[in-house]
Amino acid sequence: MLNMETEEIIMENEVRLTKKTENLVTGNTGINTEYEIIARNLNVFYGEFQALKDVNMNILPYTVTAFIGPSGCGKSTFLRVFNRMNDYIDGFRIEGEVFVSGTEIYSNRIKLEELRRKVGMVFQKPNPFPKTIFENVAYGLRIQGVKDKHFILERVERSLKQVVLWDEVKDNLHKNALALSGGQQQRLCIARTLAVEPEVILMDEPTSALDPISTGKIEELIFELKNEYTIVIVTHNMQQAARISDHTAFFYLGELIEQGHTKDIYTNPKNKRTENYITGRFG
Amino acid sequence: MNNITKNHIKDKLFSATGIFSTLIGLILLAVFIGDIIVEGAGRINWDFITGLPSRKAEKAGIYTAMIGTVWVLVLTTIISFPIGVSAGIYLEEYAKKGRLSRLLEVNISNLAGVPSIIYGLLGLEIFVRILGFGNSLLAGSMTLSLLILPIIIVATRESIKAVPQSIRDASFAMGATKWQTIQYQVLPASFGGILTGIILALSRAVGEAAPLIVVGALAYVPFVPSSPMSEFSVLPIQIFNWISRPQHEFLVNAAAAIIILLIITFIMNGIAMYLRSRWQKKIKW
Ligand SMILES: Nc1ncnc2c1ncn2[C@@H]1O[C@H](COP(=O)(O)OP(=O)(O)OP(=O)(O)O)[C@@H](O)[C@H]1O
Ligand SMILES: [Mg+2]
Repeated sequence: MLNMETEEIIMENEVRLTKKTENLVTGNTGINTEYEIIARNLNVFYGEFQALKDVNMNILPYTVTAFIGPSGCGKSTFLRVFNRMNDYIDGFRIEGEVFVSGTEIYSNRIKLEELRRKVGMVFQKPNPFPKTIFENVAYGLRIQGVKDKHFILERVERSLKQVVLWDEVKDNLHKNALALSGGQQQRLCIARTLAVEPEVILMDEPTSALDPISTGKIEELIFELKNEYTIVIVTHNMQQAARISDHTAFFYLGELIEQGHTKDIYTNPKNKRTENYITGRFG
Repeated sequence: MNNITKNHIKDKLFSATGIFSTLIGLILLAVFIGDIIVEGAGRINWDFITGLPSRKAEKAGIYTAMIGTVWVLVLTTIISFPIGVSAGIYLEEYAKKGRLSRLLEVNISNLAGVPSIIYGLLGLEIFVRILGFGNSLLAGSMTLSLLILPIIIVATRESIKAVPQSIRDASFAMGATKWQTIQYQVLPASFGGILTGIILALSRAVGEAAPLIVVGALAYVPFVPSSPMSEFSVLPIQIFNWISRPQHEFLVNAAAAIIILLIITFIMNGIAMYLRSRWQKKIKW
């Protein structure tokens, strides 16, 4: 048993080493640990359909990266690559490499549960569990087997304070989370993710189901959170991307057309399609 | 006459037919229950409920049959609950969605429609003879469990299916394993539905006589069963037995026992309805 495992590891390392030398030959310096997320030569398929075409991207830690592009261009698909939430889809297939803090996450030695503790996710529609507010935030710790009540209590309070929800709910922690407003629910979902102290937070159109005031609150929150977390956000709202992101990536029909500093993309897009999209000529 | 008025008349016509059909069912049921109550209500008293069976109608009671019914209910629950719910969870959450699972699915639904006497024959062969449980409570309860398993499996699957994907996604994205997601999210959210299904299934089992007659439940049991291996009788068999006697007094006894049986099933259905509404109130998606 042990022998087989070590053999496997050695073989995988050999493969990795040859890849590294290949990369050196082609001028690529292998895994750059400076980046939180690295995607290399990524192709994603749903059955016959290719949803992402040769995508390469490096994401620095403690930044906000926005994915923009017309509907169906593969933003969500790419986002869900980083926490492997696409794995459940029939016919999903991926080629290429994805590293999160230096680890190749599609290697079969990686544990999905561990990856997802490191890479949290906030969904488009607020989806709190039909449990109490407290249990929603405590969930991540509970499934990790944390029993220490005091520790859980502290972590729940801290997470709710981080998302500026604490004052609104501190007297109702044992009320059902479904009774909260949509905006509160979404902040609760962010708190739930923060409670397990991830490194990366993925957000798929987190404000598209919310009113402007709640949206503003979440944007402020994202701005705060990037001091401690690496954030990747999908948005259809150009102003939002401009307001909150450091880097922007524009996708079109499964291709990553252009990426760079948000300011550059917005003021000086190199690609015509990027320009057209940003200026609202197609959407 | 233009089309709109025509459609209007059709609408009215259909609604009248609908009301009529609904009323027929209700009226027949009301007449039946009324008739039973008139016949049997006067016979219900403490002696009737706690009395042992007797060859004299006015001394006979339903005690042993009622305790037999309770035994059967408890044993059937213990047997069918874990099996049915696990099978439902497996089929819905784990089984690969291929041709085999679809075949299984269709067959389970079909099983729910198989006449109960067939289950009785199956129980007689397997539990009574091959496994050697004899004409015992255990054999009877296992037979009834077979009978209601399809209902429980289908109810479990339906309730599990009703849990939105977004909840599972959220749980997986938090780093939960599949089993954790089922244990902490899917089952608690669907438990009301599952419980409702089980209670309705049990209330069907409570009324069954045919399969139990086949596995050898007795019509005359002068003692209260003391273990799962005891011989037994149940209310429907007692009723069946009394109805087939020529003397009118026994018919009165049968009517009284039917009232008791009806009360038991109504209570069970009431509990099911209560649970369903409580869970629906608690969980709004
Ligand atoms: N489960 C699936 N099975 C098959 N094809 C899918 C699946 N999910 C997405 N696709 C396809 O992959 C492409 C990219 O989808 P994706 O959801 O990533 O787009 P998106 O950029 O997030 O769009 P939107 O802005 O509308 O959310 C689309 O053409 C879509 O039809
Ligand atoms: Mg999307």
